Amino acid sequence: MIEKEYTITAPEGMHARPATALVRLAKNFTSVISICKDDKTVRLNSLLNILSLGIKGGDVLRVRIHGEDEITAAGALDDFFADINAVPDL
Amino acid sequence: MKGIGVSPGIAIGKALRVVRQKVSATGVLLSGDEAVRAEIDRYRQAVKDSIAEIRGLISAQSDATADILETHIEMLTDSQLDNDILELIQVRKKNASDAVLEVTGRLVAAFRSIEDPYLSARAADIGDIGQRLLKHLGTLQPPSFDESVQSDHPLIIVADDLSPSDTITMDLHHIAGFALQAGGATSHTAIVARLRDMPAIVGCGASLDNVMDNDIMVLDGDTGQLWINPSDTELAAFKQKKMAQVENARRLASLKDIPARMVDGRRIRLLANISRVEDMKDAFLHGAEGVGLFRTEFLFMKKSSFPTEEEQFIAYRDLAVASQDTPVTIRTLDIGGDKPLPYFPMPKEQNPFLGHRAIRISLDKKDNFLTQLKAILRASSFGRLKILVPMVSNMQELRAAKELFTAAKNELLQKDISFDKDIPFGIMIEVPSAAVIADLLAREADFFSIGTNDLCQYTMAADRMNDKVSHLCDPYHPAVLRLISFTIQQAQLNNIPVSLCGEMAGDPLAALVLAGMGLEEFSMNAPSIPRIKHIIVNSSMDKAIQVLRQVMEFDDPSDITQYLQDINA
Repeated sequence: MIEKEYTITAPEGMHARPATALVRLAKNFTSVISICKDDKTVRLNSLLNILSLGIKGGDVLRVRIHGEDEITAAGALDDFFADINAVPDL
Repeated sequence: MKGIGVSPGIAIGKALRVVRQKVSATGVLLSGDEAVRAEIDRYRQAVKDSIAEIRGLISAQSDATADILETHIEMLTDSQLDNDILELIQVRKKNASDAVLEVTGRLVAAFRSIEDPYLSARAADIGDIGQRLLKHLGTLQPPSFDESVQSDHPLIIVADDLSPSDTITMDLHHIAGFALQAGGATSHTAIVARLRDMPAIVGCGASLDNVMDNDIMVLDGDTGQLWINPSDTELAAFKQKKMAQVENARRLASLKDIPARMVDGRRIRLLANISRVEDMKDAFLHGAEGVGLFRTEFLFMKKSSFPTEEEQFIAYRDLAVASQDTPVTIRTLDIGGDKPLPYFPMPKEQNPFLGHRAIRISLDKKDNFLTQLKAILRASSFGRLKILVPMVSNMQELRAAKELFTAAKNELLQKDISFDKDIPFGIMIEVPSAAVIADLLAREADFFSIGTNDLCQYTMAADRMNDKVSHLCDPYHPAVLRLISFTIQQAQLNNIPVSLCGEMAGDPLAALVLAGMGLEEFSMNAPSIPRIKHIIVNSSMDKAIQVLRQVMEFDDPSDITQYLQDINA
């Protein structure tokens, strides 16, 4: 099992478009992926669940990946979270 | 009457009410396993039909509205939603329509109660897929309106709320604007209206209750005001105001290709701040004459480890090529404290803004800095590049950075790799200590770029993100203006170029003050360029100097802002 932490730096948090992309990304892997904010944990296979976490800029997410392809999945998630991070201003 | 203006501009047209049928649960229960199985099939088919319908809509969209529809497909196939609906059908023997109504209704209520305005607006998306499923289950008619209303007149759509797909699929040719009783600034109607340049007001509440089809309506998407059946004189005034707005937009657009020259001939360069090569196109579209600040952070943030010299070279080369021989200033990596990199662990600091960041990290991690310098140098053969180093606070940092710059050049020379031997090496002036010793730094730096956002918060010792003190972080504070003025003056005395790339460069209030100080290069977010150019081409240097003199007389930042607003009006 792999556990990772990501900080959402985009000030608007995670909107529907990136959340949709995230669920679709997760579907490529057989590993069970769950995402935890504060004390609430949801599976990464439901867009509604992710949106219901109300992820805001500055939130820290704990992601747990468990399964045969967990290493590849973790790499893909790294790329994903790096991609959605906002461009900092001056 | 007033709502919330969510898409600017004035719209004048005839009201057209769009009415949505209300559906309530039938309470009819299923009897027997056979009926349950048939109902599940019917639900599955409705999901399939809904997705097929959305796919058809997506292929007809050319803009960001396709993203909204992609989200709807994801929601329709959501495992949580699916489980909940199936459970109601299988266990509680509800018919498919009632099950859809109950589950989506519950979700809509849950999302509405989220405090975040963006997320609570997603309730509309869930409501939308619910409606679509009900339509395909045969329980719901699509929203209706009176088709006899003459459509040779522009129409203003009046509704309680519009679902995202209503807004997306509406034939917008005859529509002048939207007035909704419900909704917020992040609702889809607002987003679509903004994308298509259509005035819109939401949250009008009961004030729209008495609007009838064919009423003449005027709405002002800037202020959120709306008028029903105004008098002829009022209507004429609105028409005139609308014409003036259209004219103004046209004038700004027509400025795109003319150079930013003051009335007396003084030439000002307006450049863009960008983070991605793709932004170059938009910069040119707004009339940018090059890039005054290319932030390299994005290049590093989208990777899972430090990008190699080759990867960086390709990015900078593409940028140089895309710039079509206009000047491009590339700023070396500006991270640390508040701007983390996922693969570069940085210990928590008590004062990140006063901590290990930008050039301080670059001089510490010399290899990474050298890699970036070599990549930029190699790309310099493909365009007119300049190198800009952030956060310099003393002479020693400038010298140390230049030593590494020389080392990078020597390495390329040895390998016989070509690069622009005259590539300028400049520094950001964004720390007060650097501004105060601008006279010394100007002797050894090739150019200055003033970063007003950091300069302002460091000078005022006030965090602009902290609500309690952000009012202190005012770029019109005399201290900040004096530091900017001194920096520009020292650059000129030493014959080096100076530009300004903070938010102030795109602030219409600051344009003449900065021009009066002698600033010749303004770098800003591309959409601000036409506005600043408009001010520049209509003013003389004499006027700018006069404005500056007056501004420097004041001791209170709010007096300065007030004065600048008065002369700009």
